[in-house]
Amino acid sequence: MPATKLVKGVLKGNRRDLARLITLIENEHSSAATALSMLYKHTGNAHIVGVTGPPGSGKSTLVTRITAKYRKRSKTIGIVCVDPSSPFTGGALLGDRIRMQEHSLDKDVYVRSMSTRGHLGGLARATSDAVRVMDAFGKDIVIVETVGAGQSEVQVVEVAHTVIVVDVPGAGDDIQAIKAGIMEIADIFVVNKADYPGADKKVTEINAMLDLDSRERSWRPPVLVTNALTGDGIPELVDMIGKHMSYLQETGLLKQKGLQRSRDELEQIMEYKLTKELFTRLRGTPEYEQAIKKIAGRNDDPYSVAERLIAEFLTSVRG
Amino acid sequence: MSSSKKIRVLVAKPGLDGHDRGAKIVARALRDAGMEVIYTGLRQTPEMIVEAAISEDVNVIGMSILSGAHNALFPKVIDLLKAEGVDNILVIGGGIIPQDDVPALKAAGIAEVFGPGTPLAEIVGYIESNVKL
Repeated sequence: MPATKLVKGVLKGNRRDLARLITLIENEHSSAATALSMLYKHTGNAHIVGVTGPPGSGKSTLVTRITAKYRKRSKTIGIVCVDPSSPFTGGALLGDRIRMQEHSLDKDVYVRSMSTRGHLGGLARATSDAVRVMDAFGKDIVIVETVGAGQSEVQVVEVAHTVIVVDVPGAGDDIQAIKAGIMEIADIFVVNKADYPGADKKVTEINAMLDLDSRERSWRPPVLVTNALTGDGIPELVDMIGKHMSYLQETGLLKQKGLQRSRDELEQIMEYKLTKELFTRLRGTPEYEQAIKKIAGRNDDPYSVAERLIAEFLTSVRG
Repeated sequence: MSSSKKIRVLVAKPGLDGHDRGAKIVARALRDAGMEVIYTGLRQTPEMIVEAAISEDVNVIGMSILSGAHNALFPKVIDLLKAEGVDNILVIGGGIIPQDDVPALKAAGIAEVFGPGTPLAEIVGYIESNVKL
């Protein structure tokens, strides 16, 4: 299907076209880039909320509860849930929808399950573009649920305005709380499963970690306690998400982040296109294979070969 | 730009029976065959299944029923897909389905029915050769 037709459908609010376009993006179909560039000017209106945390911490249930609260406030919602792909077969079992059944017939909630397709960092390569399409579609809030994250799956910070890091009682001691990585990206901490023993201790540990944070920040991430099963603490969480957005707007940080994001994105796209162009020319040519053999045989080294190949590439481009 | 397509499958449990071991085993086998499998959990209505299939843009719907409601629920899913104008999804079924019921289900648009004891490789092979990507 041509990109123009899908784009029209998405802008008119056709959910099937939205779903198809996300598939094209995931498959890196040649028309996806055209569609995205046509949609770009219609984006920038959604509040993008990231939800991350370890496997089984209750992210999907929490997302369902947050969505229910937003629906009561008449907000439209898009959700991308990412689950890992198998490193051996490339297959994936995407099970986040199981928890989201209560919204399955609500036309104003769009849920898309996504496999990482081998991408690291907690998201799929296509996630940020899928978020963008939902934004253009007109969703007020787009929620990105990462894969069950360990310590360094922090890419959600590049996509979301507000990052929620979910933790649960009893997982690790206070050393875990002061490690680098995921604990540093939160705008809001949530200690879920509040009925489990140790919830208070977890809150104290996170707060103690925040006390030692040397970054000059006017927003200290609040630590909230929820029970996603019963819904306890969810209204406070949704209020806090809104408060964080107001903070970003009032301080000018939203604009600043937007600039930084545009810069990062432009550079990422250029890097991707450039390397792709380079490798399309190199791979499979006898000279390239010969050079690799030489490196493996220690008759040449990868550092100078890389310099030479890039120099040749640039000369050929200058033509 | 090269295009890398993946087979996306919705594994669904329509109706009220609460046993999904079979569905989970099939889901796992399809995953191991390199497919992206979306499992939606128990007690789905045909409307929920069709809605999920469209949102997730799947190529295949695999339904499992052990309760005996297949003659009502399987064709309902087909009807709803038709009403939405969807004609590119391969719909297959499994579970406790009497042989006598199979011809009518096939006539209704269920492409194939897999009973207990079907080798997993047979289901994988069937999908791989019949899916429309």
